[in-house]
Amino acid sequence: MTQTAPRVLVANRGEIAVRIIRAAHTLGWEAVAIHSDADAGSRWAALADEAVGLGGSQAKDSYLDIDKVLDAARSTGCQYVHPGYGFLAERAEFARRVTEAGMTFVGPTAENIETMGDKAVARRTAERAGVPVVPGSEVLNDPAEAADVAHDLGFPVLVKAAAGGGGRGIRMVQEEAGLVGAVEAAQAEAAAAFGDGSVYLEKAILRPRHVEVQVLADSHGNAVHLFERDCSVQRRRQKLIEESPAPGLSPRVREEMLDAAVRLAREVGYQGAGTAEFLVDGEEFYFIEVNSRIQVEHPVTEMVTGVDLVAEQLRIAAGEPLSVTQEEIETTGAAIEFRINAEDPDQDFFPSPGELTRFDPPGGPGIRVDTGFVTGDQIVPYYDSMLAKVIVHGRDRDEALNRARQALTELAVEGITTTRGMHLALVDRREFRQAEVYTTWFEEAHPAG
Amino acid sequence: MANIDSPLPGVFYRRPAPDKDEYVREGDSVEEGQTIGLIEVMKSFTELKATASGTLKEFLVDNEAEVSVGQTVAVLE
Repeated sequence: MTQTAPRVLVANRGEIAVRIIRAAHTLGWEAVAIHSDADAGSRWAALADEAVGLGGSQAKDSYLDIDKVLDAARSTGCQYVHPGYGFLAERAEFARRVTEAGMTFVGPTAENIETMGDKAVARRTAERAGVPVVPGSEVLNDPAEAADVAHDLGFPVLVKAAAGGGGRGIRMVQEEAGLVGAVEAAQAEAAAAFGDGSVYLEKAILRPRHVEVQVLADSHGNAVHLFERDCSVQRRRQKLIEESPAPGLSPRVREEMLDAAVRLAREVGYQGAGTAEFLVDGEEFYFIEVNSRIQVEHPVTEMVTGVDLVAEQLRIAAGEPLSVTQEEIETTGAAIEFRINAEDPDQDFFPSPGELTRFDPPGGPGIRVDTGFVTGDQIVPYYDSMLAKVIVHGRDRDEALNRARQALTELAVEGITTTRGMHLALVDRREFRQAEVYTTWFEEAHPAG
Repeated sequence: MANIDSPLPGVFYRRPAPDKDEYVREGDSVEEGQTIGLIEVMKSFTELKATASGTLKEFLVDNEAEVSVGQTVAVLE
């Protein structure tokens, strides 16, 4: 049998599809792209060694259709399937189906995805690994129990539906007076919304920073961290800006958090790239969840460490050991990523699909642009709004921010409205410059119009 | 006769959620400003409203079908 290059199906679109194709080519692998009808003629299809049209335009008829994606992989002789982020990336069923079809899923096992996707299981796993979690109670049997529990936790507390998710079924209670009523109301609401009226209490962490740790783990027992990213500039839980290192983070908290993330990865026998997310409140930090995929903001880590995270994912999937040891991973300078979305900040971030009549990315030292689009492309309404990521790197945060100003000024987009101007204004906002931001800062500073 | 056109490109939905009833059925009477469906654009949902009062004679776009800007979604009588 002749030795042929490994082939990976890139089960995604846009900038992450381009990113995966680049990593594959860096390693001498071949990459097969997929595209919907709406994405015919896309940049990722052009860059790949082969491209398969899935038909359909809406995600459910294309990128989310497991049968179509698996057929594309089989018919093009792929041994690997890389899911990117979003779409099928954290569907345990997809990971399992890829494996059953005799191919290798580039990511953690279906079991890892399930363990980490269930918040309650993830929380227990973290506790077992000695990783601090947000203080909370078991499910309340009786609203009358709430007062004692809340006093132990300290007000304000959150009343949360056990079956809830995505911020639904949560209410904040400031003091004992409103507590029993809130618990009863939450139980009724949860029963109606989720068919399960179980609620529990959690300490409310006010104005936290969101800091996460990148980890890589291979099948040879190696697990390393690649330092942290601060993603505190968010709008409605969607990250807008991410950076590394986390400015102003206490060295003790950083060290403990990096350690905790690696312990957690080892505890579950994790394989692949993953991110442990934490809330940071002064000298305290609390685990919130693990994202079992490559993340949108991964380039920030690549810029400060020089490690190609997507290439490492492919190596891990191929059964190779990590190309770096913990001792060899160093962080240099500061990197910041700005998500350029096809949205209008002046219209409450309403999406702005349309023809990209001009798209000139910026350049220069320390500037990287990840995008799946070129001038003349249609930005279609069927998927998410991300047009590009502008990532800057400097010897320190000030230099990175100055490069960000230059890059965001150079970036020229016509035909659609984007968040470019908003980012440009943020670069010189005092609170952002001085890193005084927290997860609800952006919304408090920019009330909806 | 008046048409209700989509002001946006995207996907048209006749129900507020998959497990909910349709906003309006063909033959129902509607008031001006009443919501008759949703248009999804890049995961954002916008209500599509009746442009006049009358009877909703016919939907020209199926539930969960793609719509373009200016495309007639429903006909009022």
